[in-house]
Formats: sequence, C-alpha cells, structure tokens
Amino acid sequence: MERNQQLRRQLASMRQSLFDQGHLDEQFILLEELQDDANPNFVEEVVTLHYRDSARLITTIERALEKSPLDFNKLDGYMHQFKGSSTSIGAKKVKAESTQFREYCEAGNGEGCLKTFQLLKRDYATLRRKLEAYFQLARQAGPNEIACRPK
Amino acid sequence: MATVAECSKELHVLAVDDSYVDRKLIERLLQISSCKVTAVESGTRALQYLGLDGEQSNVGFDALKVNLIITDYTMPGMTGYELLKKIKESSVFREVPVVIMSSEDVLTQIDSCLEEGAEEYIVKPVKLSDVKRLKDHIMRGEPQANGKSGLLKRKLIDDIQASSVPLSFSSSVACDLESSQLPSSLSSPNCPFKRPKLL
Repeated sequence: MERNQQLRRQLASMRQSLFDQGHLDEQFILLEELQDDANPNFVEEVVTLHYRDSARLITTIERALEKSPLDFNKLDGYMHQFKGSSTSIGAKKVKAESTQFREYCEAGNGEGCLKTFQLLKRDYATLRRKLEAYFQLARQAGPNEIACRPK
Repeated sequence: MATVAECSKELHVLAVDDSYVDRKLIERLLQISSCKVTAVESGTRALQYLGLDGEQSNVGFDALKVNLIITDYTMPGMTGYELLKKIKESSVFREVPVVIMSSEDVLTQIDSCLEEGAEEYIVKPVKLSDVKRLKDHIMRGEPQANGKSGLLKRKLIDDIQASSVPLSFSSSVACDLESSQLPSSLSSPNCPFKRPKLL
C-alpha cells in the first residue's frame, strides 16, 4: 500500500510538472475527462495514436525540408496536419512551434522554417519521452490515478 | 411533429475526418453523448456510405438513419465544404444537418459553409459541451432548409463584418434572434459559431 501511495504521488507530481513546464494545456485535461471505467486507457490510446501518426509526418516534413527549392505550400499542408494532431492531445509547446513554422511558410522564409523545425523536434521528443514515462508509471500505480470523468 | 431522432432517441452520426486522432476523439465524444457513430476517413468514403458516390451501390439501411453528419473542413481529396455541397444536392440527405469542424476560424471559410447550408461551424478542438449542445438542438427537431435561415445567417455575418468587434469563436456567446419565424431551438444559449451576438 505504501509503495502504491508513493507511486500515486509521483504520478501526480509528474503530471503537474508537464503543465507547469508548459508542455501540456487544458486539452489534455479534457481528454482525461473522457476516460471512465469502461474506457480507462483512453488518454494513452489517443496519445499513442498521435505519436504513431505524427512520427510519419515528422519524417515527411524532414524530407521536404531537404528539397531545393522548398515547396512552402506542401510544407504548410503537412504542418497543418501535424498541428491539428498536436492540438488534439494538448501539446502546448509543439503546437506553438507548429504555428510559428506555418507563419514562416507563409512568409517564404526557409531559414525560419528550418530553425523552428529543430526546436519543434526537440520539444516533440521531450514530451513524447515524458508522456511514455508517465503512462508507464500510471500502469504500475493502477487505474485510479488518471483523472476520470465525473459521473 | 415527430422526427426519426425524437422517436428513436438515439442519434446516428456520421463523422468524417482524415486524422486518426480526431476521429477517435469525435467518436468518444459522441459515444459519451449516447450517439451511435460511424466514422470514416474521407469525403469519398462518406459518400460511399451514404450511397451518393454515383456507383450503383444501394445505400445501406443504416445510412438512411443518419441524423447528423459532422465533418472536418480540411481534408485531402474532397474537402468538408465539397462534401457538404454534395450532401445538399442529394434529395435523400439534404435535410440531414451537416456540421463543419475546423482548426481554422477564417470568417470567409465559415461564411461559405453556412451559406452552403451547414448547420454549424465548430472550431477545433471539439468539446463535449459542443456535442451535447448539437445533440440537444437536433433532438428538438429542426427544419433547416437553406432559404430563410440561410439568409439570416448571412445577415448576422454581415453585421459582424461591419462592426470591428473581434469575436472569439471558442467562447460561448448568448444568441439574440429577433425573427419569430425561427424555431425556438436556435435561441438557445451557448451556440458558439452559429448565431453570435454582437456585444
């Protein structure tokens, strides 16, 4: 029991820091509210789906950034998809960087796109790592820990 | 006048979105709101499901019971707007309310969807409150032919453009309708993007 309480505290703290560090916004909380006893892993499922989907997009964008000259329309299109998916899971920093990237696309600023994309990849990887650790811990702590939809 | 929705008390919704994540989300939101959901990944698949793809396929019995179509705007191939038009051209499905979802809140885009007969335009991410409100609205029955109500929507947008009050589409605004010819359901509060009130 002690160990479990410790796990839960750790979990709550991990979760809080994700918000405090600006990685997540209230959309994540809305996802948590969609969980219930019948769908206890909903957030993890959505997040997993997001990373599967977005990993593909990151590779696509990377390849597109290697072309010369840059096709800003295409880049913007890919980033629109990426941003949408990131928004849906509440990935705050990544979403902001996606917006910035799209602004550079609109301005035809290749340098800006490249720089922003590096930042985006870094924050994307960080959040992914933290969320994986979070869900792994959540599984150890048991189903009660993830916020559930009020009845 | 009882509609299919009122009789069965369970809304059957066709959801269209090319994003896996958003499809999963909208499915869950609709499920929580006790709706039956069919989710497809493109406008083309949606038309196939509805039997509107021009093939000799018979529309499935299930598809006939669709009470609401909710579609993403920006999709590869056929956009939500193009899908909306095709649905409104169909004699079988033109009365089915179509809601557009989009991450963009571009006024011209919103305008053209509403003019084409979209029931509502919701800015993503879609919330549970949006779905609940939609469901309530539809369950109450709604004769939304393009005519009059389309004109009123147009007028409201003109008003918005004339004033320079910035509108926040994601916040709830009270709806203020003067026309007594509109169904009462339209005057319900919290209809973010359909009947914004100018403050």
